[in-house]
Amino acid sequence: MIPSLPRPLWLRASTALFLVAFLVFLFLPLVIVAVFAFNNANYPAPPWHGFTLDWFLGNESLGRVGLFKDRALLASIWTSFVVACWVTTLSVVVGTANAFLMERAKFPGKGALSMLMLVPLVIPGVILGISILAFASRVADFASDVFGLELDFLRPGLPLVVLGQFSYIVAIATLTISARLKRFDRTLEDAALNLGATRPAVLRTITLPYLRPALIGSAAIAFLMSFENFNTTLMLVGADSPLTIMMYGRMREGATPVLNAVSLFLMVASALLALTLMRRNDRKDA
Amino acid sequence: MLEATATAAWHRRLMLGLLLAPALIWLFALIVLPHLDLALLSFRESVAPRQYVPSLTQYRTFFVEPLYWHVFARTAILSAIATALTLLIAFPVAWTIAKLARGRMGALLFVVCLIPFWVSETVRTLGWMILLRESGVLPAFLAHLGVTHGPIELLYHDATILVGLVYTSLLFMVVPLVGSLESLDNSLIEAAYDLGSGGFAILRKIVIPHAAPGITAGCIVVFMLTLGNYLTPTLLGGKNSLWFTEQIYSQFITRFNWEQGAAFGFLLLALSTAMVWFGLKLSGQRFSDVMRRT
Repeated sequence: MIPSLPRPLWLRASTALFLVAFLVFLFLPLVIVAVFAFNNANYPAPPWHGFTLDWFLGNESLGRVGLFKDRALLASIWTSFVVACWVTTLSVVVGTANAFLMERAKFPGKGALSMLMLVPLVIPGVILGISILAFASRVADFASDVFGLELDFLRPGLPLVVLGQFSYIVAIATLTISARLKRFDRTLEDAALNLGATRPAVLRTITLPYLRPALIGSAAIAFLMSFENFNTTLMLVGADSPLTIMMYGRMREGATPVLNAVSLFLMVASALLALTLMRRNDRKDA
Repeated sequence: MLEATATAAWHRRLMLGLLLAPALIWLFALIVLPHLDLALLSFRESVAPRQYVPSLTQYRTFFVEPLYWHVFARTAILSAIATALTLLIAFPVAWTIAKLARGRMGALLFVVCLIPFWVSETVRTLGWMILLRESGVLPAFLAHLGVTHGPIELLYHDATILVGLVYTSLLFMVVPLVGSLESLDNSLIEAAYDLGSGGFAILRKIVIPHAAPGITAGCIVVFMLTLGNYLTPTLLGGKNSLWFTEQIYSQFITRFNWEQGAAFGFLLLALSTAMVWFGLKLSGQRFSDVMRRT
């Protein structure tokens, strides 16, 4: 019940107990992953054998390959990074265009189009993946049979992964940017136009600066979602594995604590990203 | 003058075209056409190399072969259980954030709840594997306490899959619940209390009806994500996971039977869409409102 009503002691005690249990449930897996990145043993399992940095730096005498020496793992981080950069750029650019389209333009069929833009969010990622895989292969086969063209980017590989992730991440970017554009006071644009500014100048000096927080926010979300995406990527991936696919493969085989090390790296990176975003928001509010 | 208006109209049409182009390319080339193609694929049968005839064989296989529809039903039921459990766990947390915590405490608790979801699902699943497997932390701890004789295997059970699914889904339930509970006026609860209602009656007659949109939104999203999950069931359930997305993967990628895989994909899509539609009907909400809420 709410604080203004009398709450019996047992209720208050059990609420507190529940919250503590919930927080333990929430953080235990993450703490465990972080702790075992430093265990001096070949498998991430108890008991504790003492502190080591081998799983970061490597140790040749024990045959341990650390994160900074594991070329395959480092390559997959780079692959994920490149894919995420492409997805972010495409999503923010197309999302901005979509926001202007939905908030500013008038055309027949607009209602249907705005519904269609939400559809990618309710399609399971696995199905987005297989449908794009099948369609891309059909187009590539057609080009190859009819024109003798080999369109390699339509075969499983990183370009398809980028397209697959983009296909639903752009819907989220569109929602975020539209929400902010909707609250924009258009008299500001009219004032600038009356004072003799050209349309591109108004866009550059008034509208885009106003949209900046939404653009940065949606870019961060797009980057994170792309980096962490698994379902769609699994169906479209070719020879170069992004990090999540590489980790999945190794987890099935029972991997060394180098996976804990890379996980800790991911946790620190996403915490930094979250903190930077929150600091920006606080500053804006102040 | 007339020329100027004509130029302006042409200019406007050009702008509209430029803005429409990316949206149409995205929606048609990556969503509409691939799904139409997938539908065509699922309704054909290979009779000879590169020769196909329209047929319903793929769907017949699904109903005739018990394994397939068992896995399908199992996935749906476990997803429903996971959704219900997520709601049960998330509700008290959302209540504490929205109603009990004072001042900045609520905001702080909310952020703390969001933190694990900034981390990749792969990492979270790795944590559960290290915790639960036979050589893992929890079995060692239980054996140490003397609860069990020697370490036991806690991975590869249905309950393990549920734990993983609930864990992954919590955020998507807490966020809409907090939103809908925050807008509930405390004086309504006080009035009901003054009129003699007990806690349970208040929950049933005031809180749940008010929070219904948030509850529906959370349940729809959680069910959908759970149904389409691949990573958590396959890693925590191992060979026993029998998750439907895994069947789709094995038809498509392992056996290269795209026709069968496409049919399975459509069945999963149909179930997912039906649940979304049903949830919306049940609560009388519009699709676009629910999506904006989450």
